[in-house]
Amino acid sequence: MKHEIFETNVIVLALAIVVTISIGGLVQIVPLYTMEQTFEKVEGMRPYSPLEQAGRNIYIREGCYTCHSQQIRPFRDEVERYGHYSLAAESMYDHPFQWGSKRTGPDLARVGGKYSNAWHAEHMIDPRAVVPESVMPHYPFLAEKELNFDDASAHLKTLAMVGVPYSEEQIAKAVEDFTVQAQGEDGEGDVDAFLARYPKAAIGDFDGNPEKITELDALISYLQMLGTLVDFTKFKPELARR
Amino acid sequence: MAQVEKDALTGTDTTGHEWDGIKELNTPLPKWWIYTFYACILWAVGYWIAYPAWPTLSGYTKGVLGYSSRGDLDNQMKMVAESRSGWMGKFEAASVEDIAKDKELLTYAMAGGKFIFNENCAPCHGSGGQGAKGYPVLADDDWIWGGKLADIEQTVRLGARGIHEDTRISDMPKYGKDELLETAEIKAVADYVMSLSGQGQASDDGKVIFEENCAACHGEDGKGLQEVGGPNLTDGIWLYDGSAEGVLAQINNPKHGVMPSWEGRLDNASIKQVTVYVHSLGGGM
Repeated sequence: MKHEIFETNVIVLALAIVVTISIGGLVQIVPLYTMEQTFEKVEGMRPYSPLEQAGRNIYIREGCYTCHSQQIRPFRDEVERYGHYSLAAESMYDHPFQWGSKRTGPDLARVGGKYSNAWHAEHMIDPRAVVPESVMPHYPFLAEKELNFDDASAHLKTLAMVGVPYSEEQIAKAVEDFTVQAQGEDGEGDVDAFLARYPKAAIGDFDGNPEKITELDALISYLQMLGTLVDFTKFKPELARR
Repeated sequence: MAQVEKDALTGTDTTGHEWDGIKELNTPLPKWWIYTFYACILWAVGYWIAYPAWPTLSGYTKGVLGYSSRGDLDNQMKMVAESRSGWMGKFEAASVEDIAKDKELLTYAMAGGKFIFNENCAPCHGSGGQGAKGYPVLADDDWIWGGKLADIEQTVRLGARGIHEDTRISDMPKYGKDELLETAEIKAVADYVMSLSGQGQASDDGKVIFEENCAACHGEDGKGLQEVGGPNLTDGIWLYDGSAEGVLAQINNPKHGVMPSWEGRLDNASIKQVTVYVHSLGGGM
């Protein structure tokens, strides 16, 4: 072949490199501009509440994604075990997404509401206490470490900059909402207003210790909302075929 | 371009580069490799035509085969539903009592129920229904909300303190924390509760306090009222801690467990199957 032309002519070589890299770049970048078509039209998706967002940060910090996926693939065995396959729309507010690629533990995409808060708390502190065959590490320190989320507004604002549709109100009330969700009906906060901002959020004390808001509270609040937002009674699979 | 020099030994062209008398050969790529490479390119073109491939401004190229992984799954699930419909129709139509009586349905329900139980219920209730502290044993005859088939089905559907709007709720008052009873009164009634299962001595005070405060849910005789989810206190089976301190703590500031509501998460046939299975764990009493 006549690759001599590339090897002996620096201008041609440079142009060829530009063309090759452009193709690679376009393949990766162009689909990002068509995301709106990728997201299925569903009802119920909302950005994470400040407490859930804090829990999500802990989920990432502790590397939960290394053993747990959050993506139910459209296969019969997965759908029969975990529930409806995950939709693109369900992770549209994820930065970064937690789909994962390894399942040492089960998929968590629809774990919300499957177990009680008390079970989650016990399971985090000592997984073998409730699931004898579990190989999950224990995380008792989460229950002790009080969570400070004074910078909740800044977190939400940052997420809004990358496209998560937090409203002005949600950003302004972030610190307040953080406490309202963790205290629930037992607290002073306006629970109804909070639930209007974040429908379907689980409220109340999550870790069995109402005295303080711990990292475990935040993590469980996040787990309890996973996969619960989309209203699948109004979902039309024919319109979301991929 | 200089004259191409052939290597005398191999007969291959050289590149004309030379280092310390060593010349670089310009050996062409093996023919088999190059044709495989072209074949792959052709295959890719065929794939683009046959399957969904390229993004477009308003969607993506669907491919002539009309393949969709989600559509594939829909079809597969339809086929599964069809092949199961004979059975599932029967489960939909039959009541849990009918299922337990029908030998064929019972066999099927036990197999399906076991699978559903292990995936959904075992994390709390244990793989054999043996329960754990805070999670009721399902393999005995002590039922908080009733152990008849219909009761169990209802509990599975609605859950206890779950998200279902009709969920089962029993809320024991916080006698100590909310100062509904004096410390001495709580001690007396705790002693009485212990005596119900034959442990220790109780005073008459304790009995009176029990009748005034506890009997409404736990029954006059302390044997529990399943209609309101008041546990039996006489059988020595405890959900939390059966020691004197444990009972005292529960009266002071009761713990309230939560069972998720399974209606909506599991379909009707699955709920009925797992009900029959749970009922069987304790010998079907």
